[in-house]
Amino acid sequence: MRFDWIAKYWPLLIDGAIQTISLLVISVCVGFVLAIGLAFAQVSGGLLSRNLSRAYCTFLRGTPLLIQLWLLYYGVGSLLPLVPGLRQSFLWPILREGFFFAAVSFTLNFAAYQAVILRGALLSVPKGELEAGRAVGMSPFTLVRRIWLPRAIRIALPTIAGEVVLQLKSTPLAFTVTVMDLYAVAYKVRQDTLLVYEPLLVVTLFYVALTAVIARSFKFVEAQVPIRR
Amino acid sequence: MAASQMSVWELLSPYPPGWGGVLLTGALSTVAISVCAYAIGLAIGLAGALSKLSGNRLLVGGLSAYTAIIRAVPELILIVGLYYAGTDGLNRLLSALSLPTVEVNGFVAAVSVLGFVQGAYMTEVLRGAILAVPSGQIDAAKAFGFSPLLAFRRVTLPALLPNALPGMANLWMSVTKDSALVAVVGYQELALATRLAGANTKQYFLFFLAAAFLYLAITLVSNLVFTALERRVRRGQPQLS
Repeated sequence: MRFDWIAKYWPLLIDGAIQTISLLVISVCVGFVLAIGLAFAQVSGGLLSRNLSRAYCTFLRGTPLLIQLWLLYYGVGSLLPLVPGLRQSFLWPILREGFFFAAVSFTLNFAAYQAVILRGALLSVPKGELEAGRAVGMSPFTLVRRIWLPRAIRIALPTIAGEVVLQLKSTPLAFTVTVMDLYAVAYKVRQDTLLVYEPLLVVTLFYVALTAVIARSFKFVEAQVPIRR
Repeated sequence: MAASQMSVWELLSPYPPGWGGVLLTGALSTVAISVCAYAIGLAIGLAGALSKLSGNRLLVGGLSAYTAIIRAVPELILIVGLYYAGTDGLNRLLSALSLPTVEVNGFVAAVSVLGFVQGAYMTEVLRGAILAVPSGQIDAAKAFGFSPLLAFRRVTLPALLPNALPGMANLWMSVTKDSALVAVVGYQELALATRLAGANTKQYFLFFLAAAFLYLAITLVSNLVFTALERRVRRGQPQLS
């Protein structure tokens, strides 16, 4: 076991960690907002929006994330230059990056898994509380904002914590589309120094530590709003 | 380029120059990898769950470390790491025994690595399911003089299956999707076959979409099978909802 390469590669490792964490934060935050819309479409939407949302969730939960990522990066990525004017626009430098495609596909995937969880949580909010809100004259929007959604999120919190950890564990896939995330750095170290296990071990420790941090923070948030079961 | 003039149906046709055959072969090997890995996972999981419940300190400690580590580390890292560590370790062992080294078959490596990962999750699913079996039922079997094996086959197993099946179904779904990660270490299953087809024809979008629908078909068929299985093992029990 040799670890002297860390002295040379630590700036890369830090950059990689930042990429990994930003992929996680972007996909979880944006994905969660999308999931709220998808979940409400299934719980209280019309026939069309309900079925569309359900089909979206089935498709994204039924196919591997790797295929979705490659579909976006290779498939959509190869079609994008055909859009007139896009190549000259200011967006092109972003649209060219693997990071953009990784962030989009992780977000869409996270939204699908999260929507199913939120749907269950929305349905398990006690009916009486919603009726109480209506009885005091809350508008449907206020009801959602003040009672329905906060209660559902509280019910789903333990499951959400699990999903965030799962999402962290799928971020290394980004390395297959040229993102220099933490795993890609380990891969580069392996190619440069021919050390196989040491870089993987260091990177693994980082993932485990991050998992512990996520689990702790969710425990902390859960403790802020105790729930009676 | 010839490929650019081909229609969608020509590209997807199962006979060359269409790439449908390559995709279907890839899908078959995805299913084969998943089935074998799942079987290994089931065997490890059952042995692991029973030994975790046996209360032997050494076994429990070792197995807890196994399940905790496997479940905390990203699958991609596990697959790549175990792939190299496994083939490397095997060859070192062989050369230590002064036997000729072997080139490990990609299929065997993929299946054993995925099976090893599945085993950790399966251990926890089965352990939970066994714990949920009322202990009086197992005690009753013992009181009637059932041998441990017979008690397991006739009492514990039928009682734990309804509890375990939802978790087992989830694991099956995840192994079919995790098998795509094997593409990263270069074994040709559906994901890698698709990339090959895309690279040759430049029709990436079409082929990845086709592959996505093949995976979706696998998932939907498995859903039907597991629903039927669950109805079968729950027969005689009250309806859930």
